[in-house]
Amino acid sequence: MDRFLETFFNATVMARYLPDILHGVGVTVLLAVAIILAGVAAGLVLACLRTARLRWLNFLIICYADVGRALPPLVVILLFYFGLPNIGITLSGPMVLFVVLSATLAAFAEEIFWAGFTSLPRGQWEAGRATGLGSLQVLVWIALPQAVRLAVPPLVNRALAITKMTALGSVIGVSEILSAATTAQSFSGSASPLTLGALAYLAIFVPFVIFARWLESRFAWKKA
Amino acid sequence: MSDRPMLEIAALQKRFGETEVLRDINLRVGQGELVFVIGPSGSGKSTMLRCCNRLEEPSGGAIMIDGRNICAGTTRDLNRMRLQVGMVFQGFNLYPHLSVLKNITLAQRKALKRDRAEAEAKAMEMLGRVGLAHKAQAWPAELSGGQQQRVAIARALALDPKVMLFDEPTSALDPELVGSVLKVMKDLRDEGMTMLVVSHEMGFAREAADRVVFMDGGVVVEEGTPEEVFGAPKTERARAFLSRVS
Amino acid sequence: MDLFLDQFFNLDVMARALPFLLQGLWMTAKICAAVILLGLVGGFFLALGCLSPRRWLRWPAVVVTDFFRALPPLVLLIFVYSGLPFAGIQVSPFAAVVIAFFLNNSSYYGEVYRAGIESIPRGQWEAARSTGLTQAQTIGYVILPQAVRNVLPDLLSNTIEVVKLTSLASVVSLGELLYSANMARSLTYNASPIMLAALIYLVLLWPLVRLVSRFQRGLAA
Repeated sequence: MDRFLETFFNATVMARYLPDILHGVGVTVLLAVAIILAGVAAGLVLACLRTARLRWLNFLIICYADVGRALPPLVVILLFYFGLPNIGITLSGPMVLFVVLSATLAAFAEEIFWAGFTSLPRGQWEAGRATGLGSLQVLVWIALPQAVRLAVPPLVNRALAITKMTALGSVIGVSEILSAATTAQSFSGSASPLTLGALAYLAIFVPFVIFARWLESRFAWKKA
Repeated sequence: MSDRPMLEIAALQKRFGETEVLRDINLRVGQGELVFVIGPSGSGKSTMLRCCNRLEEPSGGAIMIDGRNICAGTTRDLNRMRLQVGMVFQGFNLYPHLSVLKNITLAQRKALKRDRAEAEAKAMEMLGRVGLAHKAQAWPAELSGGQQQRVAIARALALDPKVMLFDEPTSALDPELVGSVLKVMKDLRDEGMTMLVVSHEMGFAREAADRVVFMDGGVVVEEGTPEEVFGAPKTERARAFLSRVS
Repeated sequence: MDLFLDQFFNLDVMARALPFLLQGLWMTAKICAAVILLGLVGGFFLALGCLSPRRWLRWPAVVVTDFFRALPPLVLLIFVYSGLPFAGIQVSPFAAVVIAFFLNNSSYYGEVYRAGIESIPRGQWEAARSTGLTQAQTIGYVILPQAVRNVLPDLLSNTIEVVKLTSLASVVSLGELLYSANMARSLTYNASPIMLAALIYLVLLWPLVRLVSRFQRGLAA
């Protein structure tokens, strides 16, 4: 038991590498916030564009959403990080991470918002049109508020899953929590920094998970 | 009852792909007149009604509201036209995310550009007319079907329409709630509103309609006063239909 | 444009890398099979725990579920792969990957099952119990078949996530599809092998992604 504590919860080692991990927390949180804002906004815009039902545009949006949901983000990250410099485009590690993950979130968010739009009864659009509102006004004042409400619980879960992927940044040298922890681990020869890293992730994401649970129960409650 | 037609449908046609739903419909609704449309399901009654504010796009023919052809014109004209044509749906279609009051003020403010105070005053006036002034702050889900439909009527009336279209307004209601909605419609008629009603409430038609139109197979088969159509139907099809429903 | 094609769609490089990638694909398939099967079973028991009326069963199940939902799978994988040896437990990369993703995915599958079971009206339980079925029989014959049908889209979309997740195994040098592709990239100084891997993932997963969307629309209608 002592040996276990010594290996995974060595206080001296933890204290020494705490600043590095905290810096990693800052990077992770910053990236997570940026990814959520950009991804949700882009997904919402795409879903709204899709309600215009322009054939070619919709085809492109559907393809984008499908590819974004089918490709593993790590594959795209490696493709961007190692492939683009060969054709003269060099993006920093954090930039690649931000672009790929927010694009992925946008694909999922588009589908979630679209599902919200399509689950609205046709009568809602018709009632709006029949009272003389234009298509854009119906979209903004009638369809969107209802679609967003339906979209919130699945969207929170998806945003959680995708922001957790900021840990993939450790593969391309982004100094987020996991990469700070593994670096510290190899310097110290102790597993304690990994524990510290895991605790840092839990500190960030457990509130997120509890929030998601609360939202879901509230949602289920209303239906009853 | 003046003879000037407020709503005039001329040679209206509507096809969905190969299927011809409306074939050459002609109908005039004078100012202040209540015209009642009956017919078996699939006869095209609802489609005709929905063409009158272009929720369905007519395939041919013309529809005039107060002398103006609504099938021509830009999108902006279309939105302005729709303000003049109130519509009441079978399924109410209240907005579940807005309170009763906001349901009624939304189009007033966004489409008519009324300011908030004016829109709310108008909304309260209309709610009073349908007997629901005390429900202004309620949510649609808290109302009975009959109350929801009366709110939907108030929502349409608040835009000061020239014509009101009713698409089976009572068929989604429990029998004991139908009366309250019909009473509101009767009051409207007595105040001189021009109304085109698709419904199965034959009793109401007898009592309140100026004219009854019987549709079948996408054409107007018979047309006349309630006494004529219900009392002595001229065509075999109308006779068969009326004996089935009454 | 030529440069782009040469770097990302170099057919020559792709052809040379293909056999290597197919070997990787086989490994990916093995990880998927293990993780999906274990996850489906583990998730089922977690869901039963989360729904149990007994508090000493319910709380631990909820805590375990939320713990693994909050922890990034890569962190879990690194912890199992490079942390456990410190405690004297050696694990092969394959075992580490399967253990880490099993823990991660049991939570996700568990949440899906739970939502499914909760979607079944109380009356179904009562009808089953009143006809003399035991609790286990009620779950097995009445609740689960309906629950699974209700959450089929979510089960499918979670399974797609498992396949995508296996690409993380490349980080611990397990020779699956992405690892093979990345090796081929570093040998050829050309991104085409990764593009080829991306295309393989697309061919495998696009139909499933479409199916999920179809399901969702079906439910909405």
